[in-house]
Amino acid sequence: MHHLVVDEWTRRPGWLQRRDPRAKLIVLLAFLVCVGTFRKLTVPAALALGGLVAAGVILGKLPARGVAARALLVAPFAGPLAVASALSGQTGQAISLLMRALLSAAAVVVIVGATPMPRLLRGMEWLGAPRFFVLIVQFLYRYLFLLSEQAQHMRLAALSRGIGSRHAGIRRVLWRAAGGAIGVLFVRSHARAAAIHRAMLARGFRGSLVPLAELRMRLADWVFLVAGITLSAAIRLGVRSGS
Amino acid sequence: MAPLIRVRNLRYRYDDGTVALNGVNFDLYPGETVALLGPNGSGKTTFVLHLNGLLRGEGELTVCGMPVEKPYLDEIRRRVGLLFQDADEQLFMPTVLEDVAFGPLCRGMKPAEAEARARAALKQVGMEGAAHKAPYHLSAGEKRRVALATVLASDPEILVLDEPTTWLDPPSQSELLSLLHALPQAKIVVTHDTIFAEAIATRAVYFERGRIIAEGSVADLRHRFDWGPRILPRSAESR
Repeated sequence: MHHLVVDEWTRRPGWLQRRDPRAKLIVLLAFLVCVGTFRKLTVPAALALGGLVAAGVILGKLPARGVAARALLVAPFAGPLAVASALSGQTGQAISLLMRALLSAAAVVVIVGATPMPRLLRGMEWLGAPRFFVLIVQFLYRYLFLLSEQAQHMRLAALSRGIGSRHAGIRRVLWRAAGGAIGVLFVRSHARAAAIHRAMLARGFRGSLVPLAELRMRLADWVFLVAGITLSAAIRLGVRSGS
Repeated sequence: MAPLIRVRNLRYRYDDGTVALNGVNFDLYPGETVALLGPNGSGKTTFVLHLNGLLRGEGELTVCGMPVEKPYLDEIRRRVGLLFQDADEQLFMPTVLEDVAFGPLCRGMKPAEAEARARAALKQVGMEGAAHKAPYHLSAGEKRRVALATVLASDPEILVLDEPTTWLDPPSQSELLSLLHALPQAKIVVTHDTIFAEAIATRAVYFERGRIIAEGSVADLRHRFDWGPRILPRSAESR
């Protein structure tokens, strides 16, 4: 069965992977604020910000095409707004909007792709994300793999009974079966959640998770943090942006 | 000698009205390994879920002299280590080490001490090399070993194993058997695998319709209830 590609990226031996998650999240935040506060992104500014994302890709030994493909997932959301802007005669604004969305998404993909999820969540918790939210995301992530396997097993079972056939009658059945399958997946997930909760109680769970090790900022983390914020701020303030 | 677990007239009914346990009497003594045999739906798993208070029925149930009631649940859950049938349900943390340290941390142990305890438990099951792996990257046999380590990390006095050989290939079953033989705790093993039961259990009980209807050696019960591996009749075409 397949596992998440991004999960494999987080285990690559890159410099960025070894950085403290808090530093990465703060740098990401600075980058997003920088991108978000441009009223109109100019070509030099876009190139400079793109350079920062590219540096992240190199430092994290991430596949550039994989990062780009995932960043493009925001296109269906940003695209219509950009088209509306272009139709109202603001072509520059439309391109700027699309570029900002893509750069922001790419930066998020780089940080998420270079940070194992447990560490990322620890960083988020340190930065003030609600503990309950962090707990939910942690379990969701852990069981995403099992849900994905469950869904793949159900798909194989459906295919083995001819659901993938091109026959028109069977295609009609396919849509009805898909609805039922989602329901079954939900019921199975619920049953599993109940079983996991039982397993947690059996081992003494009383409502909160205690971390095994504290996060520690090293010199390289401080260097990364200061460099990331400084470069983002320099791009925002130094490049002629039309803002 | 006082029993570690003493059960008298235990009854349990599910919310839908199904009677799962209908007057179970049972004792477990130190050093014993008892196999719970019986058909699907006969109440074996429901019974073991009572042993550390995950289900609460009517009747008398004491563990290490403590009644299975709220004020004692934390201590009882430390003393009764429950290994679930599906290891994926037992391994819910992001890494193996965090998973094994979960129990000790929940019981207030300091992180450094919990980590040392977790590493010792992983070593005990031969999985020390997997400490930083994600549970979903392990094979079925490895998951079972790690699940056992999560239980051992809390230093239990009693091990309750629900279908421990499920999804394990024969070599993994043999490894698990050797591992369990080396553990000094008293054990309760729910299983359909009478070969495994015979290799590990000192005594067996047979469940049917929510009651224990017989007890003795695994071999006795196997013969009495015709309850063991069997050769299925061959079809006419294959002869």
